[in-house]
Amino acid sequence: MVNVPPLRFDRGARRIALWGLTTISTVALLFSYKTSTSSSTASEAAPSATGTTTGTTTTTGATATPVAPASKANSSTYTGTVTGTSADTRWGPVQVRVSVASGRITAVDVVAEPDGNGRDREINAQAVPTLVSETLQAQSAQIDMVSGATYTSEGYVASLQSALDQAGLA
Amino acid sequence: MTIPTAPTRRVEHVMGLPISLALRGRNAEGPAADIAWRAVLYSLRAADHVFSTYRADSVVSRLNRGEIALDDAPTEVHEVLAIAERARRATDGAFSVWRDGTLDPSGVVKGWAVQRASAALRDLPDTDVCLAAGGDLVAWSAHEPWRIGIEDPRDPTGLIATVPVTDGAVASSGTAHRGTHLVDARTGAAPAGIAGVTVLAASLTDADVDATAAYALGPDALTWLRRRVGRTGLVVWADGTTATF
Repeated sequence: MVNVPPLRFDRGARRIALWGLTTISTVALLFSYKTSTSSSTASEAAPSATGTTTGTTTTTGATATPVAPASKANSSTYTGTVTGTSADTRWGPVQVRVSVASGRITAVDVVAEPDGNGRDREINAQAVPTLVSETLQAQSAQIDMVSGATYTSEGYVASLQSALDQAGLA
Repeated sequence: MTIPTAPTRRVEHVMGLPISLALRGRNAEGPAADIAWRAVLYSLRAADHVFSTYRADSVVSRLNRGEIALDDAPTEVHEVLAIAERARRATDGAFSVWRDGTLDPSGVVKGWAVQRASAALRDLPDTDVCLAAGGDLVAWSAHEPWRIGIEDPRDPTGLIATVPVTDGAVASSGTAHRGTHLVDARTGAAPAGIAGVTVLAASLTDADVDATAAYALGPDALTWLRRRVGRTGLVVWADGTTATF
């Protein structure tokens, strides 16, 4: 009924879309839900997929910001944002928001992603910073490079990074 | 596991930022490294020519003067604006590259530009790379992880934390070196209660945007960061307390 235009996913959304292949997909749920809202009143909650969410919506009536122009006119003129209820996955709660302009999905945003305590943290296996005060090394911790609030070339001379570079260049 | 020798270091200043490169391994020195380093600097200067708000002849400056339309801007401008738009939506507007109709993409460009520039170093065989630009960095290693120090935003002469990085990016946001100028775009006011944010992610594009966006969120930074997939890091509050995520 409605041609779905190209969607913009951030990394998180792509991951979640992939999860949808094996788990309940909130994203897919909202796509089908969106189809129904675009042709009927926006306050109807009518998810039909095998979802664990009820697809309760919040219709703000605010104008969605289109990230891609609609390629052609659509019979539906629904404009606004629809937020799905939080869906529990085995990685944690997932919640997405769909922006619709003139009956077309213009954006899908993940408004809640699983926190880092579950399986996702394992998959990413990314290190968490260790506070210096928690170690015995204090300020003498051996380091290769420094991350800090953006400093300019003017501030560089006074920075720790400068000291490191000089040590290596000497 | 062998203990890597001390890295070879190179420093140049581009875009008003110190660019530091540390290399370890077979191609840490020599013509291949020199060529890759020049390619990195060229890529960063090219980004500066397009995005700088300080250069009158940059694409961004010409956009802001209305001399060219957004539709006529190069692809990379649209790429950066798309990243900014995702961050704006993800923060409910706290992060924005637009202020009073003027485009200032600095909050996105640095991470994006350094991530892009680092591609030139991927071709160096058997070489560990750590590329830093003004406090943000991209690093990878086939040996021991790079040991990254995180500056204390309340006392930039000291470190507040360390983190090993085998393959990824680290970005920090705060006011330590530039004074208060990052604002919550919804209010125009400096975020309250927060001293600094450090974010680790697979790409510096993501780490930089998330660090800047989280900082703009002020007291909500930690809650927001914990919902982001594929990120770890550190939040330092104004009172000196800290939280990792």
